[in-house]
Amino acid sequence: MRVVGISKRLGGRRILDAIHLELFKGQTKVLIGPSGGGKSTLLQCMNYLIFPETGFIELEGQTIDPRNTKALCAFRQQVGMIFQDFNLFDHLTAVDNVAIALRKVRGWSRRQALERAMAELERVGLADKATLYPAELSGGQKQRVSIARALAMDPKVMLLDEPTSALDPELVSEVLAVIRALAQGGMTMVMATHQMGFARAVADEVLFMENGRIIEQGPPAALLTPGAATRTLDFCSQLEGGI
Amino acid sequence: MQEILTVLWEAAPFILEGAGITVVAVVGAMFLGLGIGVPLAVAQTYGTGSVRRMADLYVWFFRGIPILVLLFLFYFGLFAWIGLNLSAMTATVLVLGMTSGAYQSQIVRGAILALPQGQFKAALALGMSRAQAVWSIILPQALRLSIPGWSNEYSILLKDSALAFVLGTSEIMARTHFVATRTYQHLPLYLLAAAMYFGLTWAGVGVLRLVERRVRIKGYGETA
Amino acid sequence: MSWMPAEEVEFFLHRLIPALNDGLLVTLALIVPSSLFGLAGGIVVGSLRVYGGALWGRLAGAYAAIFRGTPLVIQLVILYFGLPGLGITLSPYAAAVIGFTLCSAAYHSEYVRGGLRAVRRGQLLAAQALGFSPWKAVVWIVIPQAVRKALPGCGNELIYLIKYSSLAYVVTCFELTGQAKIIASESFRFSEVFFVAGLYYLIMVTVASKFLQWIESRLKIPGFGTL
Repeated sequence: MRVVGISKRLGGRRILDAIHLELFKGQTKVLIGPSGGGKSTLLQCMNYLIFPETGFIELEGQTIDPRNTKALCAFRQQVGMIFQDFNLFDHLTAVDNVAIALRKVRGWSRRQALERAMAELERVGLADKATLYPAELSGGQKQRVSIARALAMDPKVMLLDEPTSALDPELVSEVLAVIRALAQGGMTMVMATHQMGFARAVADEVLFMENGRIIEQGPPAALLTPGAATRTLDFCSQLEGGI
Repeated sequence: MQEILTVLWEAAPFILEGAGITVVAVVGAMFLGLGIGVPLAVAQTYGTGSVRRMADLYVWFFRGIPILVLLFLFYFGLFAWIGLNLSAMTATVLVLGMTSGAYQSQIVRGAILALPQGQFKAALALGMSRAQAVWSIILPQALRLSIPGWSNEYSILLKDSALAFVLGTSEIMARTHFVATRTYQHLPLYLLAAAMYFGLTWAGVGVLRLVERRVRIKGYGETA
Repeated sequence: MSWMPAEEVEFFLHRLIPALNDGLLVTLALIVPSSLFGLAGGIVVGSLRVYGGALWGRLAGAYAAIFRGTPLVIQLVILYFGLPGLGITLSPYAAAVIGFTLCSAAYHSEYVRGGLRAVRRGQLLAAQALGFSPWKAVVWIVIPQAVRKALPGCGNELIYLIKYSSLAYVVTCFELTGQAKIIASESFRFSEVFFVAGLYYLIMVTVASKFLQWIESRLKIPGFGTL
């Protein structure tokens, strides 16, 4: 997947400034940086949930034309998205949340879709919560269901927008464990996060974003080693020390 | 066209006088309804046994029968039957007020139920009696939460008051009807009446919004 | 009914009840089409108010404000007594059904609008992210949620319609209330006649609200509130 020269203005302010990004199969990239730095906008642009003003997205060598609704929907099926606030469908049980896109977008039969949905729930360790509604799940469980929902579409790339920042601290690790397993299983991912330890352990590359630009990028070892004179390290030590 | 304007010009003061009567009837019914509705709401939420059942029965009765039927039933039937000889205006206020009481009880009851459970418990824990807790802790909060509901209730009562013409109460509708049957200008006259009701609706809603701002407690109920 | 004098039994069984039953049929013939057309109209007007853009949204909003801000009885009288002034003459029944439909659509639109607005933006975003087309996202995600949010309000509107169908009497469409008025004026038994007519309405309203409660409980989802 390639992101070429994405720019976006909102209310006169430049949120994204000619971002370039190249993502290879199996890679995990982590976006870090201060809030309002454009991480979330970038991720939503990569799925065309927000239309960038300039630039384009390429997946496996093919450019996507966002004005072609059919192509856009097909593209989005290949790119999974995890939201900060989960956005589970409030009127559906956990298993139906996972199954609905398979049925209505992919056109699978009900039985087939539910079978697959159960398998995905099992993968995130929630097979026993399948019949509960979103309001009956904890935040960590909701996020795991939303990961299962994205995985059920067999995405080629997963975009994760601060998947743990709306969670109570004790629920963070269960979600991170699922994401780590994904990374190790060879999923291609871009994830915005403030979890530095996790970034260090999982990321192939760390991107530091501020004011709509990628300021630094490199393997975590280079950017986050104690003593490295980088903005990234500055920011991280502030984060970790400031609490 | 000339003729229509003349009729409207001559009828307007007469109908506008009816607007005064409409407002008096509606405001009277609002207060009567409040006096009936608050005790009913308390009986429905905190009452036991027969008190509660009586309150439920009252609400069921007045909410289940059309205003028109209630007006006929009480004015021509029950009031006369128990020996009361009431003017049409008094009967209108009484019937609208009793009906509104049933609806207002539902507004206040909803507000009481929306309060956090701990409020009542905390009051009892301080040594208040149940009545004290309801009077000085629950109602002051519940009545504030009820204001948006009243604004709705006012606009319903205002529109229902137009039915009082069947008893001969000389409010907007009755006066419009009176002029219309003599001049045959039904359309412009009733449009004028509709405009008056429309104006009264928005005026009343505005007044209640002002009241709401007056009694607001800073930071209270903003998340609700 | 041996405790009742024969002439009383005669009055109730052979005068009042048959007349009220005739009226009841007219009442039902008013309610059924008015509620269906009213709901359909309310869905259209409510959707326009949310998704209609500046012009249509404002027109639909004005429609709702006018019909909610004026008494139904005046709307009926304008339709029946006023429109002939413009050369349009309606039968009492047609005037009543059109009036009920227009008014009820305005009220329904309020709940439909509230229901659509209450569906959180993230829900649509998540559906798009999964590859739903806008149309499919509305059908499978927005509508199932909006229906549940709007149901209590729309149900209430049906109950109101049952009661306000009595206003058809004002435009000389003789339904339940009109029949009761005729019998009462002839027999001078106002208390009994209107009490029995009231019971008819009480039964209709109670049955309808039990039915609506049943539907609501069938569609209930834990933790998913109403408006």
